[in-house]
Amino acid sequence: MWRKTINVVMLAMTGIFTLLTVSTLFLILGYLLYYGGRSLDWNFFTKLPLPAGELGGGMANAIVGSVKIVGVAALIGLPVGFLAGVYLSEYEDKAFGPLVRYVADLLNGIPSIVVGILAWSLVAVPMKSFSGLAGAVALAVMLIPIVSRQTEQFLREVPLSLREGALALGASKWRMIATVVVPAGSKGVLTGMILGVARIAGESAPLLFTSFNNQFWGGGITEPTASLPVMIYFRAISAYDDWHRQAWAAGLVLIGMVLTANIMARLVLARGISVPRG
Amino acid sequence: MASSAVLEKPTVRRSTQTGEAIARLVAFLFAASILLITLVLVYKLWEGSALSRHKSGLHFLFSTAWNPVTEDFGALPFVYGTVITSALALLISVPLGLGAAIFLAELAPARISSGLTFLIELLAAIPSVIYGLLALFTLVPLMRLYVEPFLKSTLGFLPLFQGPSYGVGFLTAGIVLSIMTIPYIISVSREALLAVPREQREAALALGATRWETTWQVVVPYARLGIFGSIFLSLARALGETMAVTMVIGNTPQITASLLASGTSIASVIAGEFSEATTPTYQAALVELGLVLFALTILINGAARLMIVATTRKGSKRS
Repeated sequence: MWRKTINVVMLAMTGIFTLLTVSTLFLILGYLLYYGGRSLDWNFFTKLPLPAGELGGGMANAIVGSVKIVGVAALIGLPVGFLAGVYLSEYEDKAFGPLVRYVADLLNGIPSIVVGILAWSLVAVPMKSFSGLAGAVALAVMLIPIVSRQTEQFLREVPLSLREGALALGASKWRMIATVVVPAGSKGVLTGMILGVARIAGESAPLLFTSFNNQFWGGGITEPTASLPVMIYFRAISAYDDWHRQAWAAGLVLIGMVLTANIMARLVLARGISVPRG
Repeated sequence: MASSAVLEKPTVRRSTQTGEAIARLVAFLFAASILLITLVLVYKLWEGSALSRHKSGLHFLFSTAWNPVTEDFGALPFVYGTVITSALALLISVPLGLGAAIFLAELAPARISSGLTFLIELLAAIPSVIYGLLALFTLVPLMRLYVEPFLKSTLGFLPLFQGPSYGVGFLTAGIVLSIMTIPYIISVSREALLAVPREQREAALALGATRWETTWQVVVPYARLGIFGSIFLSLARALGETMAVTMVIGNTPQITASLLASGTSIASVIAGEFSEATTPTYQAALVELGLVLFALTILINGAARLMIVATTRKGSKRS
């Protein structure tokens, strides 16, 4: 009898644990919608931040800054990651392929703050200034292993018969890859890219001492650049209620962008494809 | 693949062969860039910490000093904070995550399981600064007003729950980290459990074992390498987690027995002080902390990846 009791109790526990975990997601979203929704207004998207103590202002520069930094990071990281993924899937040889794959996984697991130190010493130190470019390099380094592994996994799912068909028609190998394999796997590859960009868009640790922060519009990519995640951090740990209000608003905007990208990628694009973990 | 045979035919034009070689070389170079980035990272951490390494040597790891004015730096309080918060996180997230993984892999119908797994993967996609924001304004007051007074009044005879408490500290950081690492434990463990062959379950059930006994004594041990892999993976995440920890740990470099006390971690001191570090030695000390964190996570991640590879291989061979 007690064996049956244990059976029921333990099985019920696993269900409760699952519910607990899933409910934290809704708790987080609920809080953000409540506090963020109360604080979000049109000024948030159009105005510059005001000095401490003054009420109002927005984060227009941080939104633009985030787009700039993430855009440049994607310009560097997506092609590199994609081509590395093509190599891993199509050209892999016995010794080098597994090595690259293993190192890519390790690189993916390195704390983002350590990647920040790399970008700081590669870009910010020689340029003698914090810059949006340094932040973009840090994010690109994080993006490359994610995109390469996802590209590889999706290209590998392209059936062998398609490849053989192309080769039988006389296509050379790279023509086969460019005109048959990549288009056939493009949906999945695109999904992986969107997930990767969504992941780096929320990063703040590697930006703290690379792109730093800026209260103004800032010039080009070579100047300190404000970004949404870094703004949330500085606003949240400040001592002003009005800044806390803005941190909530920024949090809602950031989570909205990240979750939209994730849901889009997983539900719309990836219908019928299983999404491998990042 | 069959392509090599096609290419070696004499009828193939020379230009095609050159194009082929170039395409292969380009893809190879980009793949090699991943190795290059990693090597540059190691070199930069080693080079950047040279000043600090030469000055304090191994003493750096065991010293509790942190004084930018006299340039006397030690890593111990930071390593302590990182290890304690990560251990607390695993203490909570391993049972919860493994339980949820068992539910999703063994009990829930496939449809419900994939829906819930989707939600849990969304949890993993939430940026860490958002976790920090929420924890700072919801969990910290909760801890200060209710949880910590309660712990002190009931378990206060233990040195773990003594001393002043302000809501921020090791325990709060550990709880936030546990919430952040659960999704990783669930999704990797779930896959390891799903890779266990059906016959294993059927054999145990046929011998009269209950559903739980089958799961706990047959399925879980069979998938143990993958489960350990998931635990190591989330340990590495917890060790390197920066923003959420920085916002709730209190940022006081001290070593105390009390879990309620405010502390600090390797990642949070780098995040908090790097942009303000003005002297070369100060910067080098922070880079050396980064090197310590890098070494820790590489060791743990390397082991985790090997374990996960080992289980997936085993599973695919038998099913």
